[in-house]
Amino acid sequence: MSTTIPDVAMFMLALAAAIAFVRLLRGPSLPDRVVAMDLLGTLTVGLLVVGAAASAQRAFLDAAIIIALIGFVSNIAYARFIERRGQ
Amino acid sequence: MILEWVSAACWLAGATFALLAAIGVVRMPDLFTRMQAASKASTLGLGCLLVGTAIDLGDSPSVARAVSIAAFVMLTTPVASHVVARAAYLTKVPLWSGTVLDERREDEERRGLLTADGAGDAVPRKPPLGEVR
Repeated sequence: MSTTIPDVAMFMLALAAAIAFVRLLRGPSLPDRVVAMDLLGTLTVGLLVVGAAASAQRAFLDAAIIIALIGFVSNIAYARFIERRGQ
Repeated sequence: MILEWVSAACWLAGATFALLAAIGVVRMPDLFTRMQAASKASTLGLGCLLVGTAIDLGDSPSVARAVSIAAFVMLTTPVASHVVARAAYLTKVPLWSGTVLDERREDEERRGLLTADGAGDAVPRKPPLGEVR
């Protein structure tokens, strides 16, 4: 089985997720971690979108829609939490 | 054949932008610059990936889903970034030492002067213009 372009793109996205994880672990403040989580969510959506084409499974696109939606709502919730908690 | 190459180019461009976003999130000096890398570059990267998938799959349900994901992400990412940045600023996450423009603080200081009473936390920050790199 040879390496195809979607494989390369998915490897780069996984590498990006690993790099974003560094900020999630290290981030000095809570908003840093929230930003890293947001980026991880976006990378997951991208991975699903490429995976949908690579495996010809259209259902991955529905999962991508749901994850994008949950990411937005959780971001707003985190922001409310940070603002209310103070400091 | 040509469409395959176009979608492959879109995927590679999108994955590169996503990788750059992740590198920016790790390498940038403070929260707000990190946030700019995370929101803009990742949105552009996801847009490119969606264009590639829409071209590759090609049937109308997939294209409709890809377009709706793109529209949703492009509408919500600015809102989410703004809300998180506002919360971070209000909880006094430190700015980078090379920051040259902080209009909200300037505004607060000016209002503090105008009311001659002082906003509680309007301690003048050291003017950072001298240490721009």
